[in-house]
Amino acid sequence: MSRIQAAFEKLKQQQRRALIPFFTAGDPSPALTVPLMHALVASGADVIELGVPFSDPMADGPTIQRASERALKKGVSLRSILEMVSEFRRQDNATPVVLMGYGNPIEAMGWEAFASRCQAVGVDGVLTVDFPPEESFEAFEHLQRHGIDPIFLLAPTTKEARIEQVAKLARGYVYYVSLKGVTGAGNLDLSAIEQKIPELRQHIKLPIGVGFGIRDAATAKAVAKLCDGVVVGSRIVQQIEDSTEQNVIANVSALVKELRLAIDQA
Amino acid sequence: MYNYPDSTGHFGQFGGIYMAETLIPAVEELAAQYLRYQNDPDFKAELAYELKHYVGRPSPIYHARRLSEHLGGAQIYLKREDLNHTGAHKINSAMGQALLARRMGKKRVIAETGAGMHGVATATVAARFGMECVVYMGAEDIQRQAPNVFRMKLLGATVVPVESGSKTLKDACNEAIRDWVTNVESTFYIFGTAAGPHPYPMMVRDFQCVIGNEARIQMPEMIGRQPDAVIACVGGGSNAIGLFHPYIEVPQVQIIGVEAGGFGIETGKHAAPLTANAKVGVLHGNKVYLMQDENGQITETHSISAGLDYPGVGPEHCLLKDIGRAQYVTSNDDEAIAAFDALCRFEGIIPALESSHALAHAIKIAPGMSTDKVLLVNLSGRGDKDMNTVAKLKGITL
Ligand SMILES: Cc1ncc(COP(=O)(O)O)c(C=O)c1O
Repeated sequence: MSRIQAAFEKLKQQQRRALIPFFTAGDPSPALTVPLMHALVASGADVIELGVPFSDPMADGPTIQRASERALKKGVSLRSILEMVSEFRRQDNATPVVLMGYGNPIEAMGWEAFASRCQAVGVDGVLTVDFPPEESFEAFEHLQRHGIDPIFLLAPTTKEARIEQVAKLARGYVYYVSLKGVTGAGNLDLSAIEQKIPELRQHIKLPIGVGFGIRDAATAKAVAKLCDGVVVGSRIVQQIEDSTEQNVIANVSALVKELRLAIDQA
Repeated sequence: MYNYPDSTGHFGQFGGIYMAETLIPAVEELAAQYLRYQNDPDFKAELAYELKHYVGRPSPIYHARRLSEHLGGAQIYLKREDLNHTGAHKINSAMGQALLARRMGKKRVIAETGAGMHGVATATVAARFGMECVVYMGAEDIQRQAPNVFRMKLLGATVVPVESGSKTLKDACNEAIRDWVTNVESTFYIFGTAAGPHPYPMMVRDFQCVIGNEARIQMPEMIGRQPDAVIACVGGGSNAIGLFHPYIEVPQVQIIGVEAGGFGIETGKHAAPLTANAKVGVLHGNKVYLMQDENGQITETHSISAGLDYPGVGPEHCLLKDIGRAQYVTSNDDEAIAAFDALCRFEGIIPALESSHALAHAIKIAPGMSTDKVLLVNLSGRGDKDMNTVAKLKGITL
């Protein structure tokens, strides 16, 4: 059983929802990435989505754009991020790690080399925002050969035929983008999510995580009622931006604990 | 038979639909609607009417006789896209897309722009049809193409400065995509070049093919035959593919695309992914040759001309390079400026800095050819917008 599957099975038995924090690897500094990952787990994270920064983050709002710029300035690359995951795994062999980003850095490395490195260092899933299923067949062969789950996005605009198609290809969990917009947008519509999830569930048998635009404990709690996992990205990245290197671990831990508490009350 | 793209939007290994999920239904819908109207007699008639009476087509071909005599070799002919309404080829495609937007019931249009010509063309058709218009433009380009910013505002468009990344065309494109993902239902993205996710590379090409289709009729009328070579500058590649595509299956016509050599290929400061043998990569919805570092991060480009200052290139040019049907070369900044000056002085035509790159290549090769050879250069736009840039280079403040 994969780490992602094991994590969701355990949550299901406990009747809890997953808390899936996202932050950009290398922000605020490469040396803090692994300590931050451990801090997230200690504060209640079930899965970690680690952002791979890209020079042209088209699907991201200003908060994650700035984080990507900071990380790239610090010299972070896909290669160094894989090393970070390897270091994380020395102390934590249970928490699933999903790499999230854009396809080009992976294309540049080559999918086979990337997938085999992922397997070697203990990455569990890969989400490429700009690679829809139609363009991903070759990429998947490599991921699958190395036991890495392809994580897919579904959106409010996704029609039923595509939901079916994604259901066939997706592994691990499916990530529902809760709004029309970029990461960190403020136009979350709970009733629209409530309507869409049952439609997704008709085809998607995997756990469904919901993300984009979850800004605080209250929205996290409300969203958690509707799905299997809550992804919080921009809010955490904002917390990192607002902190110093000295207090960032404490500040992020406090925020994640608060989110954990809220989700467990859902 | 040359027949690209395939039904999934691929030109060989290039092109495709590399977009975030939220926008996939939008591009699929666009492809379906374009397919529906592309050969619709009413749509075609309306587009033909607008191109004739509003844009001012057909654009003439002009024999640059004094310049050719001065060079002492091949005859240089110019396809005068600079004489179109708004002063560049961009309106050919902006008009086509605006008519499609109307049929799709979209009341808001957005665009990215580099030199500002596509922004002006989009603002123009938006005014023509009473649509709301927002144009994204890199903060650096807003500086170097100030006259076009004012034109867009006069036409009622909102111009949004983009401060992220290199503050040029690629960043404007990122921001336009962010707008589209947010306003996907109300908004039509009028894309400025023959790149992006399918169906844009095909659709923009089809709308721009009016350039080459006219030339194929005009050249025999003027000289009794087709030219020996067709030459166009390549930013994203729309003016070039518009001229080239109708000539792909005319084997005696050589096809030459001219990229921006900037300070010179060897300096790394250029915008010439094809000539510099950039690696294949994915950006802005398509797989193309793309300037990037070894980690797959897009590198910053340099060109004197804002409209060519882009790290990628449309997928069809990538294919034409690979199959050897077109040849890609560069003109550097200083060569483009020299060509700009030459056309002003010898012919009384002030060309856009983008088009000056194509002309510079013709000026380079014409002297080595016999006087009965003919080069057809796409004069994709006029240079009024470049007054500030050129004056600054000459140490003059306007
Ligand atoms: C006059 C002119 N020519 C050429 C270009 C380059 O675009 P493309 O390669 O799509 O023709 C531009 C773009 O702004 C332009 O304004």
